[in-house]
Amino acid sequence: MANILVIAEHDGGQLKLATLAAVSFARQVAADTGGTFDILVIGETVGAVAESLRPYGAANVLLADHAQLQHPVADRYARVIEAVAQSRGYGIVVGAASTFTKDILPRAAALLDAGMLSDVVGAHQEAGELIFKRVMYAGNVIATVTLAGDLKFLTIRPAAFAPAVAGSETSPVVPIPLATDQLSSFAEYGGREAKVAGRPDSTEARVVVSGGRAIKNAEDFERLIGGLADALGGAVGSSRALVDSGITPNSLQIGQTGKIVAPDLYLAVGISGAIQHLAGIKDSKVIVAINKDADAPIFEVADYGLVADVYTAVPELTAKLKP
Amino acid sequence: MKILVPIKRVPDPDTKIRLQPDGAGVASDGVKFSLNPFDAIALEEALRLEEKLGEMDLVVVSVGGEETIETLRVGLAMGAKRALLIKTSADLDSLAVAKILAAVYQREQPDFVLMGKQAIDDDSNQVGQMLAALLGIGQATFVSKLELVEQHTQARCARETDAGLETLTVKLPAIITADLRLNEPRYVSLPGIMKAKKKPLEELELAALGVTAVSRTKILKYETPPQRQAGVRVKTVDELVDKLKNEAKAI
Repeated sequence: MANILVIAEHDGGQLKLATLAAVSFARQVAADTGGTFDILVIGETVGAVAESLRPYGAANVLLADHAQLQHPVADRYARVIEAVAQSRGYGIVVGAASTFTKDILPRAAALLDAGMLSDVVGAHQEAGELIFKRVMYAGNVIATVTLAGDLKFLTIRPAAFAPAVAGSETSPVVPIPLATDQLSSFAEYGGREAKVAGRPDSTEARVVVSGGRAIKNAEDFERLIGGLADALGGAVGSSRALVDSGITPNSLQIGQTGKIVAPDLYLAVGISGAIQHLAGIKDSKVIVAINKDADAPIFEVADYGLVADVYTAVPELTAKLKP
Repeated sequence: MKILVPIKRVPDPDTKIRLQPDGAGVASDGVKFSLNPFDAIALEEALRLEEKLGEMDLVVVSVGGEETIETLRVGLAMGAKRALLIKTSADLDSLAVAKILAAVYQREQPDFVLMGKQAIDDDSNQVGQMLAALLGIGQATFVSKLELVEQHTQARCARETDAGLETLTVKLPAIITADLRLNEPRYVSLPGIMKAKKKPLEELELAALGVTAVSRTKILKYETPPQRQAGVRVKTVDELVDKLKNEAKAI
């Protein structure tokens, strides 16, 4: 039996959809092992996030709500997770892989002397033991692994688990008592650069349009990639090449060390298709590549390839797709 | 000031990963190994701090077998003062490595630790955060800008998060993990390589550190994921729009 704790992620009071993939994972593993799962929401005035998580079959939706938890400062959040895991005795603590969970969960795991697996894409039980699959080497290798210990920490790849669907059950919301020493911190949050509003996050969008080396500057990126994304109601992304050259911010980078996306439609515009980038897009349903270089490796994985100059093909495509 | 830079030997990022025929491991024959790129960025940042603030004790440390000496020499050639190898042939997971590094930290007492945010072989992205927890000190992960403030008692960091650039000021000592945009690591120069040969490289048996590091992670099998097949080439934008609308029904 494994009781599971799912760490919910939210941004400005808005639940990150990837959390529902982690809920789906927990639900499946709890059902397989005869256990239950709880969901933990940490933050300030995040009661509404907890409310929104009630219809997913959790035994409890736990709420750690405090003014000192307004920003996700890792050591503070890790101590809250440590206290909750210790007092309620879970077998697994899990979250959807993101910079939020990557920052906080390993810290909480070490506080509890627990091992951790990142980027889990599958789990099943064999002779009473949980066996996991996880990706390594930029997605080029899938390892079948076990993790010893009574408590295991995991992050899951959201693309590998269909988001949980709301049911008719309503889980109770249980407030978590917080001790002052959980709320002190080694770090002071200094704010976040305002995100360009209006476009969805590439990890949550149905369509992602990404630009690569063929895009010469930030203006062209906005005009070509942004314009096409807007015509499709999609998100924008970027290859590492554009991040390296300062044309796009790192938060747009898709790939092994950036975001992992799995939209219904991924348009790779002027992207050659380095291993690093392919690691981040291979779970997309349909991949379209537009590139001048007919030998670009991106064409080996694209469902539809168009050999063309992006500076002429993209405006034409955008014009034809505009609603 | 003393900065500890943990580094890892990994297959070169441009190497195509092959598996052993029986799936028991990743093939290493004929594979070129290099310093984990994110660790090179961390070391570069330490070197730049030294250039700005004056001479420092920059120590590179790695955990592994004899072959790891080659990687430590790269760190020395880049400009680290000395190197430390914690010798073990065991295949260790993140928590085990973090425990070893915690013992190294206690021995070396650095002002802070700079390391890569993740190793490009296992892609775990855990060791820095675990090390910070074990030492009971602060952390700043995915850092793309680093500035020492308040008489070098704090580090003001810009962090690359999914939601955008965050600022975090962390008390030192702390663990700081480097992201891609922090800097562009320097190339190792020939004089650097010559000098590196004379720099101190200490080898320490794991047992001598007084740590029992056991990996809880056990890899049973390695597989190659199913490859996507190349699809069709279209000739025109019109044909692409038609395929997306009527065949893939993606728009």
